[in-house]
Amino acid sequence: MCGIVGLFLKDKSLEPKLGEMLTSMLITMTDRGPDSAGIAIYSGESNSKTKMTLQSDVPEEAFADLDKALGKAMGCTVKSEVKSTHAVLEIPTGTTAAARAALADIHPSIRVMSRGDSLEIYKEVGLPKDVAARFEIEKMSGTHGIGHTRMATESAVTTMGAHPFNTGDDQCLVHNGSLSNHNSLRRKLRRDGVHIETENDTEVGAAYLTWQMQNGATLGDALESSLDDLDGFFTFVVGTKDGFGVVRDPIACKPAVMAETNQYVAFGSEYRALVDLPGIETARVWEPEPATVYFWSHNAAPSSKEKAA
Amino acid sequence: MQKIDLQDTGLRDLNATLHAQADNTNQTAWEIENPKGAHAIACGLDAPIEVTVRGSTGYYCAGMNQQATVNIKGSAGPGVAENMMSGKVVIDGDASQYAGATGHGGLLVIKGNASSRCGISMKGINIVVHGNIGHMSAFMAQSGNLVVCGDAGDALGDSCYEARLFVRGEVKSLGADCEKKEMRPEHIALLKELLAEAECDAKPEEFTRYGSARNLYNFDVDNAAAY
Repeated sequence: MCGIVGLFLKDKSLEPKLGEMLTSMLITMTDRGPDSAGIAIYSGESNSKTKMTLQSDVPEEAFADLDKALGKAMGCTVKSEVKSTHAVLEIPTGTTAAARAALADIHPSIRVMSRGDSLEIYKEVGLPKDVAARFEIEKMSGTHGIGHTRMATESAVTTMGAHPFNTGDDQCLVHNGSLSNHNSLRRKLRRDGVHIETENDTEVGAAYLTWQMQNGATLGDALESSLDDLDGFFTFVVGTKDGFGVVRDPIACKPAVMAETNQYVAFGSEYRALVDLPGIETARVWEPEPATVYFWSHNAAPSSKEKAA
Repeated sequence: MQKIDLQDTGLRDLNATLHAQADNTNQTAWEIENPKGAHAIACGLDAPIEVTVRGSTGYYCAGMNQQATVNIKGSAGPGVAENMMSGKVVIDGDASQYAGATGHGGLLVIKGNASSRCGISMKGINIVVHGNIGHMSAFMAQSGNLVVCGDAGDALGDSCYEARLFVRGEVKSLGADCEKKEMRPEHIALLKELLAEAECDAKPEEFTRYGSARNLYNFDVDNAAAY
């Protein structure tokens, strides 16, 4: 078991409440998995800047004067906001690779949770309510977000094993299920030069999608091909800068419920997660079909795989 | 009419109250408010009472039911009416996966659609679905009747035994050892009765019957690939 929630807002007036709504949905799913929790939130972008969310087990030491040290190493202005064990950096667009290299020299404990113009990922070991409180997720606004609470089956309970996984710039993935061919797929991806950090099965799923997209696939194509190449059980929820997608394996034994109104599209592992959303009584509520890719986008001209909101 | 608000009364207290009803109770009508997708609502009932749930339910609503009638005025989560022995469960909305699984008796009516594995391993229960059902439904179904007014998904009736499956619409594919069968007068009579009880106006003549080809009952080396 694991619990997944997702919320894609169509109504801008709800954006200031995104963090609060997602937190409440995720806390409802606590008993599906109390090991670790995480939230990916698309909080908006600013001109010619991009963001990196970092984590360290020794934040006081690693994040002290980080903005100055990194700015000096990269020769630019860096803004840093520390939240508990995480820090969100704002750096010039196109410098994430340079920043990643510089960070390794600044402090070895620093790990990159996410990179992207809008995306921030916060995840730690612990209950959803504690993780959300630690990072003040309730106060965050944004256009869409995904949350996950984990019951570990395939690998250790650690921060790096927690979901969501960052799969590429502004992309993230959460997973309920277990992949059975992750070891062979990890070897294959590593041979192709894909960086995979842990022994976790979902990280392999995330790396697989990244690898597909690096080779020219759209996210929709990558999700379609995951149905052929990934063996095991999965309900995936993915986030992109503009959108939000869902896919379930053909057996579809991992639960999923969706709700749509003219204000939002919501995802929950169970209906319980959705009951406090506004207008849920009259929402269209349904179970996503097995082996079918669903996608919603803020992009006015979405690709054929996407559905404009 | 006894009303219980699940927001004020805990789930265990609710179920304990319902379990405490004797065969001859005079409190026969119960209404549950604010179910909000909670699990195991009205599970294990064993008295001739009627329970109406005002909203959608989570896992295992009305599981192991005996004698009671449970009406769900919303949709039901996974495993609704699982292992029902007798009585009746009526869902106004949709049902999630494995509705009516392993049921021994009684009637389960789903007015919307049912998801995958509806009636898996059913052992005598009658299930009437007004809409469609998902894949792997009636897998290893042993006895009872599954009536589907809409379409059925992939692998209907895989490895089924003596359950009778009736589908009005399309069947995406049949599972191993499941085949189309002749509709005889006794099947029309049976369907007429079940459809009336399920408040469904479909005509029995519009249905096709499916059931076991009985080729997997005994080991046959030519079937080795099918096991």
